[in-house]
Amino acid sequence: MTKQPVLDTSPPVSDEVRKTTCYMCACRCGINVHMKDGKVAYIEGNKDHPVNQGVLCAKGSAGIMQHNAPSRLRAPLKRVGPRGSGEYEEITWDEALTIATDWLKPIREEAPEKLAFFTGRDQSQSFTSLWAQGFGTPNYAAHGGFCSVNMAAAGIYTMGGAFWEFGQPDWDHTKMFMLFGVAEDHDSNPIKIGIGKIKARGARVIGVNPIRTGYNAVADDWVGITPGTDGLFILALVHCLMKAGRVDLDYLARFTNASVLVNEDPKSEQFGLLLRGKDGEPQVIDRRTGKLAAWNGQGVEPDLSASYRHKGVTHRPVFHHMADRYLMDEYAPEAVAERCGIPAKRIRAIAADLARVAFDEAIELDREWTDFRGVKHDKMVGRPVSMHAMRGISAHSNGFQTCRALHVLQIILGTVEVPGGMRFKPPYPKPPHAHPKPHGRTQPGGPLNGPHLGFVHGPDDLMVKDDNSAIRIDKAFTWDNPMSSHGLMHMVISNAHAGDPYKIDTLFMYMANMSWNSSMNTSGVMNMLTDTDENGDYVIPRIIYSDAYSSEMVAYADLILPDTTYLERHDCISLLDRPICEADAVADAIRWPVVEPDRDVRGFQSVLCELGARLDLPGFVNEDGSQKYADYADYITNHLRRPGVGPLAGWRMGETGLQDGRGEPNAGQLDSYIANGGFWMEHVPENCAYYKPFNVDYQAWAVKMGFYDSPQPYIFQLYVEPMRRFQLAAEGHGTRQPPDHLREQIKRVMDPLPIWYAALEDGHVDPVEYPIHALTQRPMAMYHSWGTQNAWLRQIHGVNPLYVPTKIWEANGFKEGDWARVTSTHGAITVPVAHQASLNENTVWTWNAIGKRKGAWALDEDASEATKGFLLNHLIHELLPPKGDGLRWSNSDPITGQAAWFDLRVKIEKSGAPDVTQPAFPAIKSPVPKGPTDQAWKVGK
Amino acid sequence: MTTLPTSTDKKLGLVIDLDTCVGCHACVVSCKGWNTENYGAPLSDQNAYSGAASGTFLNRVHSYEVQPADKAAQLIHFPKSCLHCEDAPCVTVCPTGASYKRVEDGIVLVNEKDCIGCGLCAWACPYGARELDAEEKVMKKCTLCVDRIYNTNLPEEDRQPACVRTCPAGARHFGDLGDPDSDVSQLVAERGGFDLMPEQGTKPVNKYLPPRPKDVEPEFDILAPYLEPIATDGKGFVGWLDKALSALPGGAK
Amino acid sequence: MHPAPSVIIFTTFSGLGFGLLFWLGIDATAPTGWVAFVFFAIAYLMAVGGLVASTFHLGHPERAIKAFSQWRSSWLSREGIAAVFTLLIMALYGAGLVFFGAQWSPLGWLGALGALATVFTTSMIYTQLKTVPRWHHWTTPALFLALSLGGGALLSGRVTVALVLLLVAAAVQIAAWYFGDTRLKASGTSLASATGLGGIGEVRAFEPPHTGTNYLLKEFVHVVGRKHATQLRLITLLLAFAVPIAILLLGVNHITALLAVVSHIAGVLCLRWLFFAQAEHVVGLYYGKR
Ligand SMILES: Nc1nc2c(c(=O)[nH]1)N[C@H]1C(S)=C(S)[C@@H](COP(=O)(O)OP(=O)(O)OC[C@H]3O[C@@H](n4cnc5c(=O)[nH]c(N)nc54)[C@H](O)[C@@H]3O)O[C@H]1N2
Ligand SMILES: Nc1nc2c(c(=O)[nH]1)N[C@H]1C(S)=C(S)[C@@H](COP(=O)(O)OP(=O)(O)OC[C@H]3O[C@@H](n4cnc5c(=O)[nH]c(N)nc54)[C@H](O)[C@@H]3O)O[C@H]1N2
Ligand code: SF4
Ligand code: SF4
Ligand code: SF4
Ligand code: SF4
Ligand code: SF4
Ligand SMILES: [Mo]
Repeated sequence: MTKQPVLDTSPPVSDEVRKTTCYMCACRCGINVHMKDGKVAYIEGNKDHPVNQGVLCAKGSAGIMQHNAPSRLRAPLKRVGPRGSGEYEEITWDEALTIATDWLKPIREEAPEKLAFFTGRDQSQSFTSLWAQGFGTPNYAAHGGFCSVNMAAAGIYTMGGAFWEFGQPDWDHTKMFMLFGVAEDHDSNPIKIGIGKIKARGARVIGVNPIRTGYNAVADDWVGITPGTDGLFILALVHCLMKAGRVDLDYLARFTNASVLVNEDPKSEQFGLLLRGKDGEPQVIDRRTGKLAAWNGQGVEPDLSASYRHKGVTHRPVFHHMADRYLMDEYAPEAVAERCGIPAKRIRAIAADLARVAFDEAIELDREWTDFRGVKHDKMVGRPVSMHAMRGISAHSNGFQTCRALHVLQIILGTVEVPGGMRFKPPYPKPPHAHPKPHGRTQPGGPLNGPHLGFVHGPDDLMVKDDNSAIRIDKAFTWDNPMSSHGLMHMVISNAHAGDPYKIDTLFMYMANMSWNSSMNTSGVMNMLTDTDENGDYVIPRIIYSDAYSSEMVAYADLILPDTTYLERHDCISLLDRPICEADAVADAIRWPVVEPDRDVRGFQSVLCELGARLDLPGFVNEDGSQKYADYADYITNHLRRPGVGPLAGWRMGETGLQDGRGEPNAGQLDSYIANGGFWMEHVPENCAYYKPFNVDYQAWAVKMGFYDSPQPYIFQLYVEPMRRFQLAAEGHGTRQPPDHLREQIKRVMDPLPIWYAALEDGHVDPVEYPIHALTQRPMAMYHSWGTQNAWLRQIHGVNPLYVPTKIWEANGFKEGDWARVTSTHGAITVPVAHQASLNENTVWTWNAIGKRKGAWALDEDASEATKGFLLNHLIHELLPPKGDGLRWSNSDPITGQAAWFDLRVKIEKSGAPDVTQPAFPAIKSPVPKGPTDQAWKVGK
Repeated sequence: MTTLPTSTDKKLGLVIDLDTCVGCHACVVSCKGWNTENYGAPLSDQNAYSGAASGTFLNRVHSYEVQPADKAAQLIHFPKSCLHCEDAPCVTVCPTGASYKRVEDGIVLVNEKDCIGCGLCAWACPYGARELDAEEKVMKKCTLCVDRIYNTNLPEEDRQPACVRTCPAGARHFGDLGDPDSDVSQLVAERGGFDLMPEQGTKPVNKYLPPRPKDVEPEFDILAPYLEPIATDGKGFVGWLDKALSALPGGAK
Repeated sequence: MHPAPSVIIFTTFSGLGFGLLFWLGIDATAPTGWVAFVFFAIAYLMAVGGLVASTFHLGHPERAIKAFSQWRSSWLSREGIAAVFTLLIMALYGAGLVFFGAQWSPLGWLGALGALATVFTTSMIYTQLKTVPRWHHWTTPALFLALSLGGGALLSGRVTVALVLLLVAAAVQIAAWYFGDTRLKASGTSLASATGLGGIGEVRAFEPPHTGTNYLLKEFVHVVGRKHATQLRLITLLLAFAVPIAILLLGVNHITALLAVVSHIAGVLCLRWLFFAQAEHVVGLYYGKR
């Protein structure tokens, strides 16, 4: 045998490591960027980082290919061809900003609402909203309305926080984890880390999902539910648990409004509202005295059972109302089994298991804590059942109530904010009343009267004029969808096109691919963006758009403000926004230019700083009229939201030196972040780690950290009173009245206790003709449209077949390689099919956003994404089909306006194979040069 | 070098847990990233921005559907890279000696300077663990990150394969499978780790942990004791509630 | 397996070339002078041409010299050595015949042995591969040897020997197909053993690891339609064996001999195309393909 070659097993890895935050998706992981010769050589996870603890997903590792993608925009662009053609000329930044200023200044002076400013996959909403508020337009929101507002709003209204960046399972203690409707989630890496952890401990995972892939594939039990029926399934679990008395009475009495008294006088204006004391606080019966007491009175022991009669009116606790409702036979497993596609026995078995683990396998942590009533507890009791859910339950028109039902299930088991259950991540929990209400009063030349988005508590908070017409272009906070806390981005273009509620002048968008994968009715949207009036002018007169890459949307704007890549700019992932906290730590983070751009591009936020100054926006100019923030880094460092509270909580300036949480701006703050790996973190003290909404020590700590200015203890709202206020209005009470055509809908859906109703599409579409549910899922290795430009990732997901369950596969005689025509009431697509057995038998699905428009993303026109990939969006309309009542109902949740992506129903038939998937669109001209054919990437020698 | 060592000092390899792999492809891309920048030639891509792209990867994640006789079908994600076989046929077929198995740790490597790109080793590998790079025309394969695991330029905790370090679900484990006391060996023993294609006689070092049984019916009677009804309607429930509450501490009045 | 032209040409022509060299080596009354020159030229063109063609599928032919080093384990290395050895010995032997009119028989015998060894080692490159069950069988070397010797005999004008050997080769080929068609199944390697998941239930490939193609798919996964294969097999039998045998039986002249040779070569090319194209590499199982 010859000798082995000599191998250097210790080659130098890189010249330097720069630590920043990933933005290949919105999960906000920490990354170590290895540099060689000033170039990005390798990206790995940051082990110290609270979000990802060193791991990195496929997208994160492919960052190098994104950062160097041929699709990167190179300079500001002015449209020279017709909209949609992709014909542009490069201009200077000064020209671009002058054009923008010339367009926007007159609008602001006359009618600021004529600007609609909407942002997509954004992590700087607290900044962009400040800009929009300064501009004075009420028409601002981010993408939450089409994304997951049902989940977010139901969580906040019920328990002061939802999942994702608001809350997470107690991975270290939970023994049973139930996952509803999640393919990937925003919390990508943390969920994977968590599932890995609990699997290593041998704990059980139950996946509730029509499709068994990814997380649901590793689940020990798969519940292949029929789409849109989770609410029924969950309420059947509630039925079983209540019927067996398997509920956490002590927890319900103390920490929820189960014990709060409800007015039962049908004739009263107060009917169904909570009984309130003189100070306005909801009342309970104190078990110590048998008398009324405020829910939060010191030492009060709320009675779950006692009712109260006064002046002939009975008031019974919320919990009685729940018993009345959920013990009804219509919620029995046998009654829901067929509809849900889950055998009754299975539902009972799951209920029994929940009861067993929550109560028989309860855990106790030896940690003393004191609740807001001054009651000391010598330990923390844990009910080790945890749940997590996302768009599978929220992206339906019954999603808000379904999400509410899920939280009610969690709460009756006593599993929220307890060891082994679900925990909030600071600065959550934060109840709805600690959030602002929506604002919409405009004044020519002046700012808006307050923040755009927030939480309504009744009809008085709606954004409607006296004639009930909408104040906002997206019709958020109207009777159509009163609790639309995140706005309705998916309605902006169609409303602006229709001039309903009014016409706008300029549509300004950021980081949202609205002419393609983020719109319903994609071809319709393309038409609206290019439609002209009788004078030949565009119906939507002006479109400004900021993107970093040559996306489909770029082709539809008149002015393009090219952004940098995420490795080339400052960003801040702030506690004012959606920070990087974990349940045990409060944390925030930055991005910083680990490399300088080699093109004429600028960070969008820095551009807004300059544009804001050019427009004289309050908050963006100094008293002398000069530009206030030189760039975003300057803003991050020096902006003060409230006294002592700025975008970043770490390394602020105190009287005696640096301090965290509150403090004055510190000129060296960003350097401190960089030195610390790009983030700041402080651990939640042990005795504050659970029971946060009720825990006085946590509340005090939260004030110290600047989450709120005074302690804000609260109890969970099983019964959501603000919803009842809308119902009361629909019943005819009060001065603010809904339009008649919405009365019945409001009465029905705004139930203060969770209900289930069939998806609205079912009422508009013939389920016999369109018997099949059609869904999309996020691929773990792709981020919406923007993963495709990535040479490595597109090899993993370069096409997307439609997956078809065995029953439908066989009924149609499909074979490998076949194509099918899929039709909804709105449109048809012709696409490749593939067989999947581990799939609900009435459901088909595909990966989301793989299909691409020819010519986009600097890809060749023969790219597989454009020839074999497709979007399901062509089948989905933003309005439901006409029902013969003369109205076009929105394809959204009637409570929050959440886009009902997953209500879609289709029929399917075998078809010949066309050359390319249908519908196909003409290619757009690429504003950037195409990429190379082959590549062998290596920056080091 | 093409003859195999009669024994190796260690048997370094991976243990892959099919019970936890969520199929995220993180290991695939981190491997691509590390090995593009490190050991030998970069892993090239063809049609990188056109047609149907292809390229060299050293680790790929398949997925399979398994249909049990009487239960719902299951889906299993299945990562696969070189298994660093003890009886590696890819090594013995190599005419140049470019392929070899290291004596000290059993890692199977290609010395790219000697490789003529004949492809025979890839033919001999039953697992598809070798790919001839279309740009550099040399054989590429998993190196078990030999340039990481001993690399003194890396912090101690990072001296593990890139794919293991990055796996979010913790489904990949690295260690010495020749040492029965190592964590990986213990894991294999506990969980019944198995070989791929044992009949090929390659004696893979890498092991796979089987998925745990799924959709198992509960062993207890679901009604008693857990769901025994205490009431049939709201009224009955309130009656029960009164009694239950007085049993709680501070309840009896 | 991908039926690459380079390997088809290589196996076909070097087989014929070395077969011819074998017969030249053991010919008790070997031709001399110009006649010898022509025979040796044909043999060398085929053998060397085949070998050269085989280098076309090398990524780095400039390093080919390294391929001689691993004779202790590698059949490819052994083949290289055997081929070079044979070509050198036979060159000396041939030089004797052509230039000196001298027959150095022991050299011829040694060369003939070398030619056999070369063909055998070539066949062993394929036979050794457990990963390709169809090849991993005694029929592979048997067929390579029978074809080489039969083809060589045909080229060298040995009518009876060629007749017998071509019949043998045809029989071996039919046997190879007969056994080959069930080899994958018989090998015990299946998607179940490949994944280890067979214990749970029936395993089916769901989503591939990449949506585009890759080296493995290009190199190892080649699906030949059943009908197509049957037709090609008939053509193979016809061209490689039936036509030459018929001609040999009917009597040979220069024209028909050429026809027999051309037909045989075309048939063997076809046979070798099938040899590769129909060979299923077990890695295809991972992709749900065979
Ligand atoms: N059928 C179907 N459709 C859906 C969904 C579904 O489930 N099914 N999901 C919906 C949901 S929840 C969402 S959130 C939307 C998402 O849809 P979009 O918000 O449109 O998300 P992306 O496709 O990622 O597009 C964002 C844009 O940001 C650009 N971009 C990327 N990086 C940067 C940067 O650094 N700076 C700037 N300025 N721009 C950048 C990209 O180039 C791209 O054009 O899709 C929705 N569409
Ligand atoms: N890798 C990657 N990560 C991402 C994104 C991405 O594009 N790529 N996008 C980010 C964004 S913007 C968002 S909003 C999140 C969304 O994260 P997810 O909520 O995980 O979003 P989806 O992929 O749409 O998955 C929805 C899941 O719900 C299931 N489902 C659909 N209908 C029902 C139902 O009625 N009941 C139940 N139980 N399940 C149902 C679907 O099968 C699917 O598994 O992901 C974020 N993270
Ligand atoms: S989940 Fe992946 S893409 Fe998203 S931030 Fe983390 S590493 Fe980056
Ligand atoms: S897996 Fe394949 S490449 Fe790796 S050692 Fe085994 S035979 Fe060789
Ligand atoms: S391709 Fe390279 S490593 Fe593989 S057998 Fe040929 S020479 Fe050896
Ligand atoms: S050990 Fe290294 S080379 Fe091998 S698969 Fe993992 S990352 Fe790739
Ligand atoms: S990184 Fe881990 S979980 Fe993801 S595919 Fe690889 S082994 Fe599976
Ligand atoms: Mo989203």
